[in-house]
Amino acid sequence: MNAPAFTDNVQLLNGNHAVAWGVRLAAPDVAPLYPITPQTPILEKLIEFQSQNTFDAELLTPESEHSAMAAAIAASATGARVFTATSSQGLLLMHELLHFAAGARTPIVMFNVNRTPASPWGFWPDQIDSLSQRDTGWIQFYCENPQDSLDTVIQAFRIAETVNLPVMVNHDAFYVSHSVEPVSLPSAETVKDFLPRQPRQIQLGDGSGRSLGAPIDQASWNLTRREMDAGMSLVEDLTAEVGRSWATLTRRTSAPLEQYQTDDAEIVFVTMGSMTGTARIAVDTLRERGVAAGLIKVRLFRPLPAAALRAALMDVPCALVLDRNYSPGTGGVLHQELKSALFGMAGAPRLYGLLTGVGGVNVPAETLEKLAADYSDAAPDNNPIWVE
Amino acid sequence: MEKISYSDEGQFCSGHVACAGCVEALSMRVILNAVGPDTVGVVAPSCSAVILGGHPMSAAKIPVLHGTLESAAASASGIKRALLAQGRDDTTVLCLAGDGGTYDIGLQALSSAAERNEDILYICFDNEGYMNTGGQKSSSTPLNAATGSTPLGKVTRKKNLIEILAAHRIPYIATTSPSHLSDMAAKIEKAKAIRGTKVIIVLIPCLPGWGVADNAAVKTARLGVESGVFPLFEIEDGVRYTMTVDQKNQPIDAYLAEQKRYRHLSDDARNKLQAEVDETWARLTAMVDNCPL
Ligand SMILES: Cc1ncc(C[n+]2csc(CCOP(=O)(O)OP(=O)(O)O)c2C)c(N)n1
Ligand code: SF4
Ligand SMILES: [Mg+2]
Repeated sequence: MNAPAFTDNVQLLNGNHAVAWGVRLAAPDVAPLYPITPQTPILEKLIEFQSQNTFDAELLTPESEHSAMAAAIAASATGARVFTATSSQGLLLMHELLHFAAGARTPIVMFNVNRTPASPWGFWPDQIDSLSQRDTGWIQFYCENPQDSLDTVIQAFRIAETVNLPVMVNHDAFYVSHSVEPVSLPSAETVKDFLPRQPRQIQLGDGSGRSLGAPIDQASWNLTRREMDAGMSLVEDLTAEVGRSWATLTRRTSAPLEQYQTDDAEIVFVTMGSMTGTARIAVDTLRERGVAAGLIKVRLFRPLPAAALRAALMDVPCALVLDRNYSPGTGGVLHQELKSALFGMAGAPRLYGLLTGVGGVNVPAETLEKLAADYSDAAPDNNPIWVE
Repeated sequence: MEKISYSDEGQFCSGHVACAGCVEALSMRVILNAVGPDTVGVVAPSCSAVILGGHPMSAAKIPVLHGTLESAAASASGIKRALLAQGRDDTTVLCLAGDGGTYDIGLQALSSAAERNEDILYICFDNEGYMNTGGQKSSSTPLNAATGSTPLGKVTRKKNLIEILAAHRIPYIATTSPSHLSDMAAKIEKAKAIRGTKVIIVLIPCLPGWGVADNAAVKTARLGVESGVFPLFEIEDGVRYTMTVDQKNQPIDAYLAEQKRYRHLSDDARNKLQAEVDETWARLTAMVDNCPL
């Protein structure tokens, strides 16, 4: 008799514990970790798993996130599967090494909990910490809920190890990191088969005597970025393919972009992270009132799935980009990205960049419903708009 | 004349790009041969990284990760843990860094690795300044030495990194000098056999940085040892101090005379420097004499 296919174990977990479960199942060899609110429960859960002998990575607890990332890079360059986690100040402290990790083609998986950076101090959901790292060469995902975070962190190892680029998976502080929801846990065998150990092409200490990262001439440095570009260009399709094979194992879909009620939509919200759940409720309410609303969740942000976004927004009259972040001097980062993705497209929507929930301000579904009413027939506006 | 006892297994190749006459290259040859082929290295931006040469060539036979300036000890920790995860417990992980990368920007990572007692062998090539960026001061630059950023002489003393490291109670700390290559090889071999964090500080009189003649770096290093400016000793477990070479048989003048960075020194400044050396020497010999067995 075949065992029933989908016998996942469902547990009540908050987003961070869902991540820790995903990491435990992915079984990295090395995990350098440094605490920071609201990431710390990931660290604590992994250390708890280790004390129970259910997680046997080499755990390093260095003095800073900077050293955690330095150790992660070096361990990954030596062929190990590596995980680390951080948030806000910690991620920003790593900045130099984020470029380094991508340039060194180390397939590290890092979980970042999106939190406002100081000054002033705050602990609130806001995505500018990771969005401001968008040029470092890391693949970036934004998750909506604990299940999404668990599924994505597991998939991230496969994506990273296929293209030899590091992956940063993000979820919002508290709204996801500390919210408890039922989470379906795949079996250890499922994940083991899904994440086969691949021999690394170049590995420090592999007997070849090859050094890594030594000074290089201009043309060769240039070539490294072309090679990264080639790697990045595979990621959108790879994400879709990895999502499909995950779906055959778990019946849960995950794609670079996720669309909800967009087929006949006249007005579409574009979101990342936890705002997606709120927007889904707003779409349902608007539909009940006869407004043809829809939703696009950008799950893969780097590389930006630009062609898919163009296809999804083709001939949609109006799109509202909901940015829970603010880049001073320009506005919302997703808004900028969409403007460039849609530039010159015939049939592009009127695009509004709405700064919603910057600094963790609560954005109820009613606010989004009101925005839909306010902007469905408004004059075009290229500038960022602060939403009360 | 001392006979040098170390065997060259070809671990450091010709074609490196050190300044002609540089004793850091000489030291690297001894260190790489003493540490042997079953080694993975990390190098911080510094003369040692430059000496190893540009991609795809390398003067080192061992593989080396060219890391960031402040992370040598953290990177080495990561390599060690990855090797442990692969069951390669016996491979040596070697750090090569300058004094800037050790006393200054990398001290935080080094202190943390030492506190965790990571199983790494950390070499600091101490040329008492930032030579890679053209010769500015570091916190290892001694009192009164002129550098690009202290043109009138540094007004504060050299940081006593060794005592800071000793306070971490790591299993092994030593100083060595290219004037005493057998001592250098012996200390590397001893350190290699110990599990835990080992730090060896190598005195490197830098030709352009110190204003030393092309053929005078070894001599300058020897004078540094014999004047007690750079005593050769080791500390086990942070408490057991041992002098490893007979030394301090002369005042600092011959040492200073080899170097243009002290050319401007007044008698008063020279006397202050001598007093500091004498005081440090007395403190060190007291540590040796009072050391627990
Ligand atoms: C974060 C960072 N800041 C500055 C530099 C520039 N830099 C490269 S080497 C160096 C000085 C290194 O001095 P030291 O460690 O003493 O090595 P030396 O060149 O003297 O051998 C500096 C400041 C850098 N690489 N990284
Ligand atoms: S600058 Fe000084 S330490 Fe560096 S290679 Fe030249 S002589 Fe050696
Ligand atoms: Mg130096």
